[in-house]
Amino acid sequence: MTDSSSPILRISALTKTFDDFTALHGIDLNVRDGEFLAIVGPSGSGKTTLIRILVGMDEPSDGAVWLRGNRIDVVPANKRPTCMVFQSLALFPHRTVGQNIEFPLKLRGVPAAERKERALELLETLRLPRDYYTKRIQQCSGGEKQRVALARALAFDPEILFFDEPLSALDYRLRKTLEKELKDLHRRTGKTFIYITHSLEEAMVMSDRIAIMKAGRFEQIAPAEEIYARPVSKFVAEFMGEVNFFDLENGAAPGVMLSPAATGALAGRSGTLTIRPESLRKLSGGASADLSFEGTVTAEYLLGSRMQYRMTLTTGQEMIVEVLRENAVEDGIGAHLRVGCDLTAAHLIAEAADAAA
Amino acid sequence: MQRRERKLGLLYAAPLSLFLLLTFLAPILLVAGFSTMPEKVFSLTQMPDFSAYRTVLTQGYWKSVAWSLFMALLATLILLVICWPLAYGMAKVFKRFTLVLTIGVVMTLFVSENIRLFGWVLTLMKGGLIEGYWRYWTGQGFDAPLYNGPIIVFGLVYVYLPFMLFPLAQGISMVPDDARQAAYDLGATRWQILKEIDLPLAMPGIMVGSLLTFVLAAGAMAESKLLGGRAIITIADEVQTAFTYGQNWPLGSALAMVLIAIIGTMAIWAISKADLDAMMGRKS
Repeated sequence: MTDSSSPILRISALTKTFDDFTALHGIDLNVRDGEFLAIVGPSGSGKTTLIRILVGMDEPSDGAVWLRGNRIDVVPANKRPTCMVFQSLALFPHRTVGQNIEFPLKLRGVPAAERKERALELLETLRLPRDYYTKRIQQCSGGEKQRVALARALAFDPEILFFDEPLSALDYRLRKTLEKELKDLHRRTGKTFIYITHSLEEAMVMSDRIAIMKAGRFEQIAPAEEIYARPVSKFVAEFMGEVNFFDLENGAAPGVMLSPAATGALAGRSGTLTIRPESLRKLSGGASADLSFEGTVTAEYLLGSRMQYRMTLTTGQEMIVEVLRENAVEDGIGAHLRVGCDLTAAHLIAEAADAAA
Repeated sequence: MQRRERKLGLLYAAPLSLFLLLTFLAPILLVAGFSTMPEKVFSLTQMPDFSAYRTVLTQGYWKSVAWSLFMALLATLILLVICWPLAYGMAKVFKRFTLVLTIGVVMTLFVSENIRLFGWVLTLMKGGLIEGYWRYWTGQGFDAPLYNGPIIVFGLVYVYLPFMLFPLAQGISMVPDDARQAAYDLGATRWQILKEIDLPLAMPGIMVGSLLTFVLAAGAMAESKLLGGRAIITIADEVQTAFTYGQNWPLGSALAMVLIAIIGTMAIWAISKADLDAMMGRKS
């Protein structure tokens, strides 16, 4: 009996130290079979070190990695059933598109005819024309090279496919297209994808779960919606986009006016209240909300379909508010503004969690 | 505007072109002319009769040609094998130590080839540095490993090492690290990486190094004279003998032309075969 929920990849107490610097602090992670996991973090958070250890280009200082129950951190990279799409793509410049894709098959001694058949299949899977088989790598555009690198990795038929920020060098529009294609490819192949990126946007579009890294530790591992709505720390909240923080002490937060219901709900609690700019709404006339704020607009920005305002509250604290354009503040800068949100839109980060970060 | 630049370019290139014409092409033409003259004449005014070429073909000179080419080929192959790891280290591993090594190898070029070869003779000869001390300590002497074919090849390898090492290191440095890592990640063994990635991508360096060493070694004679004691007579040695001792300029010229023709053909063939741009992935 195989347990369908057992992880394909298990990382336990993984530590990596360089001379006097610790890149990974004994991290644990389980990755489910067929999952698309994005590992997100700022530069220096340890995500590149982690992926290098997972594919076998670096050795951990301590801890272990299991793939389907087999320990793989002791196995050299060329003997592991995983492979990686490099940031630079690392295509072979002296080989044609077809030869690049066939490379892993050639290493295994697959006959030429069979190799070609598989390469043509993969060209089709990646939506490249069949006549690209004989094309030189240098004749391919950036997006086509991406697809060739993906096809080569799929030809390897890995248990897990790793990605080291392969889209970071592309322009915005192409990146958006490929993000969706990659997600689509993940669905069609059913493979486990582990994707490293510093772009949260990329991670949110594609992945089933996001693991946020900070200074060699996982800060939070959860689906995107959960990380967005219920960040465990100020770091995660800020990493997920612009956010307003209010200190809550024993049920009271300076600058925040609480309705009787909200006062009751927050009574006696302390921590940091996080409120996303877009969950705030303009309160006109006598309208009320669970949480409300009053201040003066100091700056306004047009964000396509939305307007963003920066306001200074009566307590002197800065706050960011985002509303749809049809709800724009008429007087703009200098206007007096009252905004509010429901208690459910505010998330309380307990103090202990943040102190640990 | 473009025409003006073209003109200027031609003008700037003219002095060097003229110099090259005089120093490179003129001697070859002169030698080519002399090679057609009747043997043992010292002017270009005779009726061409190509008798010197007949002598080259009938008097067993082909043996010297064959020996020269064979030893040059052997030296080139040996150099490829022994320089590869060193060049690899210089290009990818040694970092700052590469400079030390470079200076060390270049320094040997500051001393004349003949003097360095005499150094080896003094080291290896009977009663020399090695055999002399060996006999002094053990009382047993041995024959000097001099005056034979292998020692000539050794001399060629020793003298032309820098001409293989540096182009090779340059070639290897052009192999992208990520391509090697990707190949390893995709399951390639060390040998497969060498064969599929390193060798093809370093090919321009391999070609340049091999051509340089082969051409130089094929025209060498000091190694066979000093270390080999003329155990094998090289073609360059024959050319010199014909011009000097033999007082037969047409014969020397004909021998030189044969050598030039063989090496030139091989070099042009090798360069045309090896599409350097394509190998380095520069062709679009």
